[in-house]
Amino acid sequence: MQTKDMEERSKQFINPYLGGVMLGLLLLLTIYITGRGLGASGAVKSTVVTAVDKIAPAYAEKQAYYSKFLSDDHHPMNNWLVFETIGIFAGAFLSGLFAGRIKKFRVEHSPNITARTRLIFASLGGVFFGVGSQFGRGCSSGAAMSGTATFALAGFLTLLLMFGVGYLIAYFFRKLWI
Amino acid sequence: MGPLITQGIINPEWNFVIALVIGIAFGYILEASGFSSSRKIAGVFYGYDFTVLRVFMTAVVVAMVGLVYFNYMGWIDLSLIFILPTFMKSVIVGGVLMGFGFVLGGYCPGTSFTGIVIGKLDALFFTGGLLIGVFIFSSIFPWIEAIYYGGEMGAVTVTEALGISRGLFTFLFVIASLLAFIFTSLIQSKQKKTDL
Repeated sequence: MQTKDMEERSKQFINPYLGGVMLGLLLLLTIYITGRGLGASGAVKSTVVTAVDKIAPAYAEKQAYYSKFLSDDHHPMNNWLVFETIGIFAGAFLSGLFAGRIKKFRVEHSPNITARTRLIFASLGGVFFGVGSQFGRGCSSGAAMSGTATFALAGFLTLLLMFGVGYLIAYFFRKLWI
Repeated sequence: MGPLITQGIINPEWNFVIALVIGIAFGYILEASGFSSSRKIAGVFYGYDFTVLRVFMTAVVVAMVGLVYFNYMGWIDLSLIFILPTFMKSVIVGGVLMGFGFVLGGYCPGTSFTGIVIGKLDALFFTGGLLIGVFIFSSIFPWIEAIYYGGEMGAVTVTEALGISRGLFTFLFVIASLLAFIFTSLIQSKQKKTDL
């Protein structure tokens, strides 16, 4: 039963506490080397800034938020978090490959909702997270995890709010998941 | 003594190579922990899977205790590391929006990247939403600038805000995390198994 075997293997994730220790050591090493923590939303911002600058440079320069990150000698894609994020894709690919989880594109959703509903809410969640990560000056990685580990008040508050609000509203969106 | 790049011990030319290697390890750990699955992540809010809480809190505890230890041994100068500045209004708005994003989308930015790689279309749509969200934020920036810069407190730490020592805060954080691990294990053992 080869398919059965592959199915079993694809369900295997590492122990969460082991994953946590590895992630914590990586975060510690990152701070020790670079003086800053890990991040993910920074690369999204760089991508949007670069895209808008390429398509409508005059608009980008005029807009206060973009021009914060645009200058002649400093390209927004030439940024630490962009290289780190390219690494995230590569690392996830290796892990997925070894575990046999890389398959053709599919939609993961609760049996109670359609794939279409899932995609709509996934997009909507992304928009909320995109806007939220700009207000938060970082997302779960940069603000909540790295921020809390480095004792930043903003990081600790982001951690409490993100999960706190999540638990508060979870009941109203339970159909999406259970 | 760390941080190495900040103090010029490692040549900044290596910065991007280091970023790439760290990113690879980050992506590997996220995917191997199961964060390429939105239903596994969302389980933390419904009590059928607490992987997010376990991985996240363990990582913060390890890094936090490590930093305190490194500082005590004189291996790192904590006054040189980046402290995320606090803008009280902006943090509150951001945290609330990200809470909604988490429950609606089932991903956060980093985890959605790992989902895309193994072929989750919903992860791709989430990342598309992220790009749109950042674009919306930038487009309406003049109207929300007052919130973004509102309640500025500078690079304040939680220990300064609470008026307790770094050691005590770390101790309390570790105790709270251990209690959360025990408590959530009890909840999960009472839940019927949700087949992902």
